[in-house]
This record gives sequence, structure tokens and C-alpha cells, in this order.
Amino acid sequence: MKLLTGNDLKTGFVTWWTGADWSLHIEDAADVGEAGEAVLAVEEAARRVNAPYIIAGEATPDGPRPAHIKERIRALGPTVRPDLTLKPADPAAGDWVI
Amino acid sequence: MYKYDEYDQQMVDARVAEFADQVKRRLAGEITEDQFKPLRLMNGLYLQLHAYMLRVAVPYGTLDSRQMRMLAHIARKYDRDYGHFTTRQNIQYNWIKLEDAPAILADLASVEMHAIQTSGNCIRNISSDQWAGAAADELTDPRPWAELLRQWSSFHPEFSYLPRKFKIAVIAAEEDRAAMRLHDIGIQIVEKDGVHGAAFYVGGGMGRTPMIAPLIKDFVPLDDLLSYTEACLRVYNRYGRRDNIYKARIKILIHELGADEYRRQVEEEFAHVKSLGVDPPKAEFDRIAAQFAMPPLDASASDEIDRSDPDFAVWVDQNVAAHKVPGHAIVNISLKPLGGIPGDANSAQIDLMADLAERYSHDELRVTHAQNIVLPHVRKADLLAIWQALDAADLATPNLDLISDIIACPGLDYCSLANARSIPVAQKIAQRFADPARQRDLGELKLKISGCINACGHHHAGHIGILGVDRKGTENYQLLLGGSGAEDVSLGTITGPGFDEDGIVDAIERVTDKYLSERTDGERFVDTYRRVGMAPFKEAIYG
Repeated sequence: MKLLTGNDLKTGFVTWWTGADWSLHIEDAADVGEAGEAVLAVEEAARRVNAPYIIAGEATPDGPRPAHIKERIRALGPTVRPDLTLKPADPAAGDWVI
Repeated sequence: MYKYDEYDQQMVDARVAEFADQVKRRLAGEITEDQFKPLRLMNGLYLQLHAYMLRVAVPYGTLDSRQMRMLAHIARKYDRDYGHFTTRQNIQYNWIKLEDAPAILADLASVEMHAIQTSGNCIRNISSDQWAGAAADELTDPRPWAELLRQWSSFHPEFSYLPRKFKIAVIAAEEDRAAMRLHDIGIQIVEKDGVHGAAFYVGGGMGRTPMIAPLIKDFVPLDDLLSYTEACLRVYNRYGRRDNIYKARIKILIHELGADEYRRQVEEEFAHVKSLGVDPPKAEFDRIAAQFAMPPLDASASDEIDRSDPDFAVWVDQNVAAHKVPGHAIVNISLKPLGGIPGDANSAQIDLMADLAERYSHDELRVTHAQNIVLPHVRKADLLAIWQALDAADLATPNLDLISDIIACPGLDYCSLANARSIPVAQKIAQRFADPARQRDLGELKLKISGCINACGHHHAGHIGILGVDRKGTENYQLLLGGSGAEDVSLGTITGPGFDEDGIVDAIERVTDKYLSERTDGERFVDTYRRVGMAPFKEAIYG
């Protein structure tokens, strides 16, 4: 699968294309298939997201996951500061990353 | 400490206003990211792995308590309550919002700070000896020269678009505490026949092609220091490789030209530059130098230290250094607590260090390239009170220059350039060698970790260096031995095949065990390595 990601223009936070909008949560990401370039062009023009790009992803029982470790860390947050990730109360939130 | 004059302040204030307008236009969609990116980078604002990152310049690592408190304020108000002190003596914030950036820069400007030239192909923050002005072994305070270079290089129109970024260090002691010869230009203030001058080492650097700067001129009269620096830059600016980013640093130019030919060209250029009046009038330099005058220290203060608390005594032995004035000392605050993140400090810790500087260190602090903080002018009689305050804030780890005093770049946890994580490796090594007695038995051992070939973690210059690489999507760590960024400068050598995260920790333990079995009296790790060579260590690591 292919995922579309970028950073929110105002906050810089990592965002994922859901098929209709942008989400901070990788679980919401949609498989953009071959439509990624077209979506990217529209969204970049709309300037809601910064420097969007397409990455390889994997479908898992827990939802889509980026294939590469760098993108998995982007999706989670710093592995050394679980308190700063999107799920600070869940100690297992990052188990899939490394 | 140098205080801005009206021109300094006007320049910084004007830049804040300009950038505020650029941000406004970007948020309004009037300019694209391609148009905006070079503008934000000129103001130290990167887009990193998780958010925008702001790199704030700390000129030659020197700041006062008011500025330090502002760094804490920014961490608290605009970031996530912490900052990361870097190997360039700067501080970085990892969670900055674009819409907050103008307000942050305005706050910084209010205390004579900025983020200008902390990115881009320009002359970056001038670095220096963190003990400058206090060290017992220095010839003179190098910071007036560093400040002169800062003023000269700020917004220098000719050097704003160099082939590549450019880093200058200035020191004035034989002991090199600033990795001077691993800079594009390393300047050492020296003495010849009773007169001070500057030795110029040009073409050093780390990164993917590490090189030790060769000596280009052993004695430049101080009246010519700026002109000679400008001549060095001009030759580079004219002939540096703009066609290939990997060959664009001055070290490549000098390597290809040869030091002798580069020197000849610099001398030719210098003859011209010297006629342009680049060097300041004596009165102007004296104005700058006067602001670095030694604070009023009482030379009759007692040299006695009450060492009755054994933990305090260990900290004094490890983290306190000799000051040039009797009765005084230099305090090195370790930002490497056991299991912590090298170089990170939260806002409360930053505020505390500011308070201690104001109360006990004549309002001065320093940031070190080893990602620690220094209180440069402390009465020995105050050491116990300082230690107690630091200890209560988890800032009294007695590990300066020991194996757990690890330099580590942010790595793949934060950096978009990184290939592997650095911080977890540093934490695991620190845990493995957690026993303070074991660390002290190993002695001076500088361990440095980079998460990619760009070498922000100075792995080439580590007695033990670690380079994180991406091997088919998996983190892998190469081990290097024998580097040094000090006056005995050398580049580390890769031991052999790399390791996974746990494997690299085991490998380091085998290396240190081998050192203990091979060392002779008084030998540091790197001394033993240089004497016996790689072979016994390689045998210990790989069998």
C-alpha cells in the first residue's frame, strides 16, 4: 500500500492523508494507491500541508503502518520520549515501531 | 560579556520584523514552501522529523543568566518544556509551531539573542573554548576575537552564499577544548617572542569526509586576523565546488589544491584584502575586548574545599576544573544523567542553572561542544552549595569526560537526515557502565555517537566513536576507535562489521575490558589504543 504524508503547515506536526482530510494518527491513513500524485498536487496547491510525499506502507490488523523505520518513528514520535508521543498513556504504543 | 550596541540591536530587530512578515505571508498562502524554505532556514527554522525545529545561536557558547532564563521561557511557553544543547554550543527546540516563530525570535531579540546564520551556506556560530576567560592554562581570552569574527561574519554580503556551510573556532590554550582542528577554520591565539598572534588551521571537518585541518600559517599578527580570515574565505568562495554538495566544503578544496597552493593563493589574496581596511581600528577592538574583562574576583579567597561529603568530593574531583584566579574554580554541569538524553535540559533545570550563575558565577554560563554547561567563575567556598542545588535537580552527575559523558546527536528520534537512533544507544551504554567507580577506573574516555554520516555527534573524534547507518531498513552501528578532537587530534578507524543496538554495547564492553588488560600506568584509553594498535581490540571484538 501507499500512504501520503506531510507536515501541518502551522504546527509542523506529522500528518497522514485519510482519503478526505489530514489526520495526526497513522491509524487513519488511507491507501492512496496510484492516486497519490494527484492528491499530492491538489493538497500542496491548497497549502494545508507542508512538503507532502508518498511512502510505502503495510496493512496490519492494527491499521496501516509505514514500511520504513524513519516513517514509523515519524508516525509515533521520539522513541526515547514516550510522554511526547500521541499516546503517552499507552506504554505499548510504540511496540510496532522498532 | 559582550553587550549589543545600537547597531547590533537594530540588525536583529529588523530581521525579526522581516521574518514575521514572511511567516504571515506563508500562513496566508501568499508564498510557497519552496519560496519560504530558504527564508525560514536563514532564521534557524528547520522542518525536522516531527515538527519545526528552531536552532538558537549561543555565540561562542557564552550567555548570561537573563539569556539562559529566556531559553527556559521559550522551552516552557512555546515548546514541550525542554531544549537540546548541541555540539555547536547552540540550543535546539524540537516542537516549534510556525505561527509562534516570530514571537520567539522577538523574545530572543529582547535579550540580545537570535537564530540568524544557524543554517544555510554561510558562516555559522563562532565556537570557542568553554573555559575561555577562566582557564588556568590559557594565553588570553579568545572571545574578543570570536566576537569580532561574529560581528564581521553577521550578514556579510560576500559570504552569505558560500559553496557550503562554514564553521570557525577560536581558542587560546594549548589544550584544545573546542575541536579546533576539526573546523573549516581553526584559529589558535599563540605567542611568539612575547607577542600574541594567530595560528591558522584551515580545512578541517567531520562529515562524510573527515579531515584534520593543516596549518596554513603559524603566526598571523592579530592586527591582520580579520583580513587573513577574509582572504581564506575569498579563495574558498571563488574555487569551492558548487557543483557537488559532497565536495563543497573547504576541506575538499584544500585537499585537492594542496595546503601549499592554498596558502599561496591566500597570501596573494591577503595582500589585496589588507589594503581594504577590513581590520578594525584598535579603539574598536579595545571596546569589544573591554566587555570580556575578568569579573572582580577576590584572589585572596580561600582555596580550601570541605570534602567531608564523599559524593561531593567525587563531583569536585571529576567536574571541577582549575581557574586562573586563586580561590576560584570552573564548574562543569553534566547534562548526561544516567539514562538521560545527552544535552537535554528541562525549563526548571535551565532556570536553576541561570539562578546559580547569577548567584555564584558572576552571571555567566557557557555551553560546551560536549553538550554540557559551565559556570566559569565560582568561588571554591561556594562549590558545596552549588553541588547541593545541582544534585537536587539531577544535574550533579560526576562524569565529565568519562564513558557516560557521551556526545550524541538527536539521531533518528528527531532528525530527518539520520539513518539510525543515537540516543537509545547512548542510554544503553550509560546503563551498562552505570557504576561510577567503574567509570572512574576507565578514566578519560570520550565516546561520541552520530546517527548518520553527517557526524553531528562527532563520532570521528571519539576515543570510541559510533556511527549509525541504515542497513536494508534496519539500524546498524559501526564502531570506530582512536579518534580525538583535542590537541592530540586524530580520526577514528572503523573496527570492522557493524552491530545491532545491543551488539554495539557488548562490543564496547569488550573494547574497554581489553583496554584494562593492556593499559600501563597513566595511560588513557586512547593512549593504549595508539600504543598497541587496532589488532588486539579487533581480536577482542570479533574473536
